[in-house]
Amino acid sequence: MNERPFDLAVVGAGPAGLAAAVAAGESGLRVALVDAGPRPGGQFWRHAEGADGAGHHDWETFASLRSRLRRLTAGTRVRHLPLHQVWAVDRAGDAPFTLRLTPAFDGATDEVTPAVRARAIALCTGGYDRQLPVPGWTLPGVMAAGGVQALLKGSGTVAGRRAVVAGTGPFLLPVATGLAAAGAEVAAVVEAARPADWLRRPLGAAAVPGKAVEGAGYAAALLRHRVPYLTRSAVTRVHGGDEVTAVTVERVDGSGRVVPGRTRRLAVDLVAFGWGFTPSLELVVALGAGTERGADGSLVATVDRARRATVPGVYVAGEATGVGGAAKAVAEGELAGLTAAVDAGRPAPTKRGRRLAARIARAERFAEAMHAAHPVPERWTEWLTEATVLCRCEEVTVGAVERAREDLGAGDPRTAKLLARPGMGWCQGRVCGFATAALLAAGAGRAVTAEDLRALGKRPLAAPVTLGELAALPEPPDPPDFPDPDTA
Amino acid sequence: MTAELPTFTLTFEGRPLTARPGQSVAAALTDAGIRAWRATRGEGAPRGLFCGIGVCYDCLITVDGRPAQRACLVPAAEGMALTGAPPPLPRPSGADEGNAS
Ligand SMILES: Cc1cc2nc3c(=O)[nH]c(=O)nc-3n(C[C@H](O)[C@H](O)[C@H](O)COP(=O)(O)OP(=O)(O)OC[C@H]3O[C@@H](n4cnc5c(N)ncnc54)[C@H](O)[C@@H]3O)c2cc1C
Ligand code: FES
Repeated sequence: MNERPFDLAVVGAGPAGLAAAVAAGESGLRVALVDAGPRPGGQFWRHAEGADGAGHHDWETFASLRSRLRRLTAGTRVRHLPLHQVWAVDRAGDAPFTLRLTPAFDGATDEVTPAVRARAIALCTGGYDRQLPVPGWTLPGVMAAGGVQALLKGSGTVAGRRAVVAGTGPFLLPVATGLAAAGAEVAAVVEAARPADWLRRPLGAAAVPGKAVEGAGYAAALLRHRVPYLTRSAVTRVHGGDEVTAVTVERVDGSGRVVPGRTRRLAVDLVAFGWGFTPSLELVVALGAGTERGADGSLVATVDRARRATVPGVYVAGEATGVGGAAKAVAEGELAGLTAAVDAGRPAPTKRGRRLAARIARAERFAEAMHAAHPVPERWTEWLTEATVLCRCEEVTVGAVERAREDLGAGDPRTAKLLARPGMGWCQGRVCGFATAALLAAGAGRAVTAEDLRALGKRPLAAPVTLGELAALPEPPDPPDFPDPDTA
Repeated sequence: MTAELPTFTLTFEGRPLTARPGQSVAAALTDAGIRAWRATRGEGAPRGLFCGIGVCYDCLITVDGRPAQRACLVPAAEGMALTGAPPPLPRPSGADEGNAS
């Protein structure tokens, strides 16, 4: 802890964080790169040790960033701290930020660094699958689509034998083709939207031609594996006793309302649900930096064109500023790293900065078109029953939250959370936060607001820690006195 | 994919499982056809993998006597003993967050 503070701490070594650490390090900053994972790569380039990139998109970009990182860590410029999770960040006045670290899991590493100090911080924390509960979604065999992919990429394990991949968005395709290529039977990809819609938005799609090509590749793979692609359809119920045995697939209209008489049942042992991604914003919120509703309806960090957050010394890049894929994350990360270097007094690489900003703007247009074509169906809450579990951790049902709203006047998420306790378990509302906000808003006959999402996105600690770690703080355990996002 | 690598053995509730180097505990369980390894406190409902990346805490498992480990994050290791004891209450986290605002 008496170590000289770093110029920049980068949290997350996914596409965004890797690019940020490399850009800042090569610009002459001393950088600490903290990541919960064992190896750099994040979600997109997740790989087993020694993997050669087979089956990965754009592995060359990763390999190049990784070797540049290695060059920097071989010197003293960049310190990489894998298997460390940041559970809190604090700062007294103008002093450097202190990042509190905990091992990613018990015994993850022999050399635990409990804290890192840095004058500036770049949050590249990515996100996780966005979930919409349906009856039966707590049965074993129901997984997040990204989790199915992570199991395959990280461990070479196929999560089931006969799968349905359901939700919305282009990410369903690589999950389905990945499963099929690994030997699982994919009974169907069930897509709520009608994706032809987004090809009709020439501006977005044309802006990133590489993406369209990638999409065509997945479509061909689906055909090759004879995977039916059902559009304007949704898995509205999961069946099974001790685990999944089947799903109900229904036709839905553009708003998500079920079209009667078009029901089918598929026998499956794996359901992979993906409704886009939710950015990880706990550290953004903890630092009092501004947030807003992004193009896909989730809460995202507010940043300027150079990736500065609304709090001085804080930068945000990647999925945390809005979900848009790995290429966008890499460009944003590099720009955030360069901006941090310029703000620390290094010469400005004006041309590069401008080129990156333009590339990001193009990727954002593309992402907006994608999100517009793959919205969360407005009326998905109509698929729920009273008994559907909303909060998986505390097993709070839809009915319990609706009763809190109707009988106790808990129309806002904060009150509902106190009364019915959704989002109060181990995951601190990461899984059910979006759905709870949507359910309460639908009950009140209004749209979800950024305020609703903020109330459910506030987590005193970015990761559960031991009492020992809390007690070991020099000051009394940081009571959750982070700046209130309402006033920030 | 990595079939040529040597395998090793660990146990779940005393039953032997085979794993490959680099696999998570959850992957070893999944490969053995085990989809659930704990029951919820309230309903006693079976749970296993959900998010796959350490976010949801559905996959909690006891590893060599250490409770509440995330099976999706912990790498499988030779001789590891896994048990499905119910996890304790959440560790200090958001439990009293109501006081915060
Ligand atoms: C489970 C999952 C699987 C995905 N698979 C694919 C895929 O196969 N193909 C695809 O195109 N897109 C995939 N995506 C989308 C993908 O995340 C993005 O396109 C891309 O990886 C985003 O890059 P990023 O750098 O913003 O975030 P990420 O790649 O998510 O990287 C964020 C990193 O930050 C770390 N981190 C977060 N919080 C902390 C903290 N508090 N302390 C320490 N470290 C922290 C994480 O461990 C992670 O390594 C997936 C997303 C998820 C959630
Ligand atoms: S499966 Fe979600 S934390 Fe392990």
